[in-house]
Amino acid sequence: MTQAQTEARMNKLDDYAVLLGSGEIAELRTLASRLEGRSVQMVNSTSVGGGVAEMLIRIVPLMGELNVAIRWDVITGGDDFFSITKAFHNALHGGRFDLPDESFKTFLAYSDQNRARLHFDADFTVIHDPQPAALIDSRTDHGGHWVWRCHIDLSNPNERVWRFLAPYVSRYDAAIFSSPAFAQHLGIPQYLFYPSIDPLSEKNRELDAEFVGATLERFQIDPKRPILTQISRFDRLKDPIGVLRAYQSVKRYLDCQLVLAGGGAADDPEGEAVLAEVREAAGKDADVHILDLPPWSALEINALQRASTIVIQKSLREGFGLTVTEALWKKKPVVAAAVGGIPTQVIHKHTGLLAHSVEGTAYQIRFLLSNPAIAQRLGERGHEHVREHFLITSNVRRYLTLFLHFQAGS
Amino acid sequence: MRASEPFQFVTASYLVRIGNQKSASLLELQKGIEDCSDGSIFYHTFQSLGRHHFLTEGFSNDFAQWVLGSCNRPALAEQLASLDIRDYVSLADLRGDLRRMVGDYCKANPQEAEQAAFEPFYFCETVEEEVPVDRKAWTLEEFRDGLKEMGHASMQFHFITSRLRLHLRTNDFSRWLSKDLELKDLARRVDQIDVYTNTLDSAKARILQFIEQYLEGEHRG
Repeated sequence: MTQAQTEARMNKLDDYAVLLGSGEIAELRTLASRLEGRSVQMVNSTSVGGGVAEMLIRIVPLMGELNVAIRWDVITGGDDFFSITKAFHNALHGGRFDLPDESFKTFLAYSDQNRARLHFDADFTVIHDPQPAALIDSRTDHGGHWVWRCHIDLSNPNERVWRFLAPYVSRYDAAIFSSPAFAQHLGIPQYLFYPSIDPLSEKNRELDAEFVGATLERFQIDPKRPILTQISRFDRLKDPIGVLRAYQSVKRYLDCQLVLAGGGAADDPEGEAVLAEVREAAGKDADVHILDLPPWSALEINALQRASTIVIQKSLREGFGLTVTEALWKKKPVVAAAVGGIPTQVIHKHTGLLAHSVEGTAYQIRFLLSNPAIAQRLGERGHEHVREHFLITSNVRRYLTLFLHFQAGS
Repeated sequence: MRASEPFQFVTASYLVRIGNQKSASLLELQKGIEDCSDGSIFYHTFQSLGRHHFLTEGFSNDFAQWVLGSCNRPALAEQLASLDIRDYVSLADLRGDLRRMVGDYCKANPQEAEQAAFEPFYFCETVEEEVPVDRKAWTLEEFRDGLKEMGHASMQFHFITSRLRLHLRTNDFSRWLSKDLELKDLARRVDQIDVYTNTLDSAKARILQFIEQYLEGEHRG
């Protein structure tokens, strides 16, 4: 059992009442009570690893606790299928697609196999991402409502792959996207569901000061001086070199340390190259801490975020930016690039500060370091913003509302 | 004291439907405001206030925020932010004023009007699902107890968006207190709570405080 699965089993709906108030939990129960006797089926392509599985691991038990008859099915396929869906994934993010037309047939053949294996008799069927999208072929005339939940950035999809998938997606009753920028001309209603974090997970739960202190000591970070942190994979789109340049500009006027922490270098040749570039650019500056962390470092990341004076997310391109959500939840002042889903979270001058360049990022950091009261206020409002919109319980509520909406219309 | 009709507590929950309309400049925003649905005007004004209730200074509606944050036009942003949704019982009137403000600015500043924004404005709209809760209040005490248990979405439904539903410049609570409990002074005090400078939590706390004060006074005789 993974750490996330263990946590999900341990956390009960009432545990969230401490953070949200009992009224919010009572309202979830009221909404769910109107769905009594109705069934929900979630379908995706993996039961462990990846953001969708992590989210379902938490949402499914919470829905179950609300007495919604929910089940979660996972499609299967050979290596060839998952190579194709990986290529789809990259292409839908705007990359190239070089596979032959035959790959579409292979994709559909696996979809047929899964259709034969799985049962689709729920009142509400939610299909996650492109891998199982063609399961819509199993929908019968008298069947329930089908929804396609797209978790990826579709703002600039590869035309060849999207032309293949769009006719399937158009046959659903609705599609759900994580940002209005990802919506497509589909002829079906499209809804906005923000990604979310679990406030009780290892990555986000409260930590005692001792653990945070020990983590800093382990990484030789000085707890007494300002800490600027960016948590992200070593990926050019996260612009770690830009963060370094901003830090160097700030450092000319104000004392501070920089933490660049993330993973992705061990199993990704490009990540390894980026990490080397960052190390070279940092030179011998002892105040720059470049941490290539293994995937099981949730507690360490939590501690680093909590110890930070300012959290930076200077991405050049971003889906939603859950690292921003995590930082805001921890009441941290955030300086972030105005790209992708970040402006939804960082409302400029209200819940954080946005920047459009290295110079702008450096300026906003200097401003916050010089105005700690403002920094604190931004962090507190950011926490409220996340509490209101970007927690796992908000997503449970959105699903319940969508199902109620379908029910009211049928 | 028993009300002539009970207060029915309602849980409201909202979906955001994404429209296929976006604006990349002030000129396009003007066109978007003209063409978008009433649900979209509602989402970006009334709903926006509820969604950002925890911001009690300088945030009014999505249009004003976008004009400031993505177009860097503080004068127009300030004008748009000055629109007070409590003055509107019709979305058509609100749309008319938004259109006029953006239109006048574009006419006076034609070059700025065409400049590309940092990020486009995406028009969305609200889908509201109302679910009555198994709770009714016949007395002020029962009303107070129900209010204590109320979540944010329900507060927003009863206290902010009710104005449009009722087509009155008031809210569900004040209407019931005045009409069914005949507590006109308490109703007026509740209606005077400023939704722009209070969070939903602080507004609720103030209503509860007013009720406690009233009950205490009544108890004293």
